[in-house]
Order: sequence, then C-alpha cells, then structure tokens
Amino acid sequence: MAVTAVFMLWLRDLVAVIMLSGIYSLFAAMIYVVMDAVDVAFTEAAVGAGVATVLMLGTLALTRQGTEKVHKTISWGPLSLVLVTGAVLIYGTLDMPRYGDPNAPVHSHVAPRYIERSASEVGPPNIVTSVLASYRGYDTLGETAVVFTAAIGVLVILGRRNRRQRKKAKREDAT
Amino acid sequence: MSDVFPGLLNYWIAIVLMMVGFYIVIAQGNLIKKIVGLNIFQVAVFVFYISMGKVKGGTAPILGEGIDVYSNPLPHFLILTAIVVGVATTSLALALIVRINTSFGTIEEDEILELEHADDAKEETS
Repeated sequence: MAVTAVFMLWLRDLVAVIMLSGIYSLFAAMIYVVMDAVDVAFTEAAVGAGVATVLMLGTLALTRQGTEKVHKTISWGPLSLVLVTGAVLIYGTLDMPRYGDPNAPVHSHVAPRYIERSASEVGPPNIVTSVLASYRGYDTLGETAVVFTAAIGVLVILGRRNRRQRKKAKREDAT
Repeated sequence: MSDVFPGLLNYWIAIVLMMVGFYIVIAQGNLIKKIVGLNIFQVAVFVFYISMGKVKGGTAPILGEGIDVYSNPLPHFLILTAIVVGVATTSLALALIVRINTSFGTIEEDEILELEHADDAKEETS
C-alpha cells in the first residue's frame, strides 16, 4: 500500500496515477477486512475504488491534460515540513494503546452497549447497521445532507459553463 | 523497543501514508494530483481509525451464535460515513478543477498564478 502511494508521488502520467489510487483504495479495503471492518471494506471498494476513480477519469477527460508538467524532483521546504510533522506524530503514538488491546479507551464507552443491546433494541444482527440507522441516525441524516449539497454544487459549477456555451452557440446562430 | 514495535506498527503505517499524501498536497503543482494526495491522506486516517477499533481475537461486529468478542463497531460506522462524505467533497473539488480548466486552460498551479499576475498587470497599466 505504501509502495503504491510512493509510486503515485513519482509518476507523471495522470491516468496511471488515478489507476494507482484505485488500486490503493482496493488495498485499503483488504486491510479493513483483515481488521474486521467488513462494512467499511464494502464501501471503500465500491465508493473509494469505483466511483472516485470514475469521477477522476471523467475530470481528466474533460480537462484533456494527459501528463503533469515536470518540476524539479524534490522540493526541500515541504519535505522537511512533512518529515517534522511525521516525527512528531510518531512520537505521539508512543503513548497509544497497543494494536488489538481489548482494554483500550476506545472500547470503554458506548461500544459495549451497542454490542450487548442492539439486537434487542434495534433488531438487525449487523451492529454497524443498527448504529448507522438508529443510534446515530442524525449523523446519517447529516451525511445525506452533505452529499446532497455536494451534488447541487457540482451541478451549479458545471451547469453554468454549459449555459454560457449554449448562449454563445445561439449568438453565433443569430449572426 | 522490541515490544513497542509490533503494537504500534499500524499507527506508523497510517502516519507514513498520511505524510506521503501531505507531501503530494503541498509540493505538487498539478491540481488533480493534489486531489489524489488528499485521498491518500484521507484513507490513511481511515486506516488509523479502523485499526483502533480492532480487538484481539474479535470478529466482525455481526451478532452470531457462540461469538463473545467483537471488534468495536463505532469506528466502523464513523468511517463508513466519512468515506461517503469524502467522495462527495472529492467530486466537488473535481468539478471546480473542470471549471478552472475552462477559465484558464490549465490545471497547473504555477501557470494559473502566472496568468492571474499577467491579468493584474494588464489591469494596472490600462
């Protein structure tokens, strides 16, 4: 996964970069399955690897910019910033609970309640579904609102261009 | 050190991926590539969350006979929402890129800035 990410950094051909980002998402989905998050893996494979790749290829087709301009290969300012940030973050993880630790603070608040009571309170055997639809229904409502807003935004941004082109065409017809 | 390494490797992988994405976002000039970098960053955060939800010996959080230990379903739900929202914002950003391309004829950041400066200079002289 890290290898695909680094390749994405080096490659100049944008089609290849986008394909690699799809592969990267698919790797992420596989890792989610390993870490027991099957629902997330489904979503990542369908939405992250599928829809996002198609959207990016569509953008590439609309902009007709096949390859990236060649810059100087390494820019030191950003690189040092990135390295410092990474070092600080790694220092921060030294206090984190170990991988798979059942006593980690993440597992201590509402999660056990979801696991114990969701079958009797909501119904479906899949706990993630119960949480999604019932306990955190407002989050899901907000999510749909965000998606709706994004769809409107895309339509407004791309629709305006088409209207102008149509007007131009009409003017050319008139003259 | 040898007992620290296996327990924290998942966080370190997430951080390395995150920093690769971060570098692409701030150092590369091509707008589509910047969006790809943003996606890498995003997925790194997702991996971080999901790895926190894992419980040793647990199974996927689907209730079944004879299973006692489940992984934490809460991060799964949060990331499920985040993936969908992430794609929505990505599509909005890509639409903006298409719009920028129709206005400027390029999706390279430095070329766009040059064109903008040229426009400003033209306005000042006129």
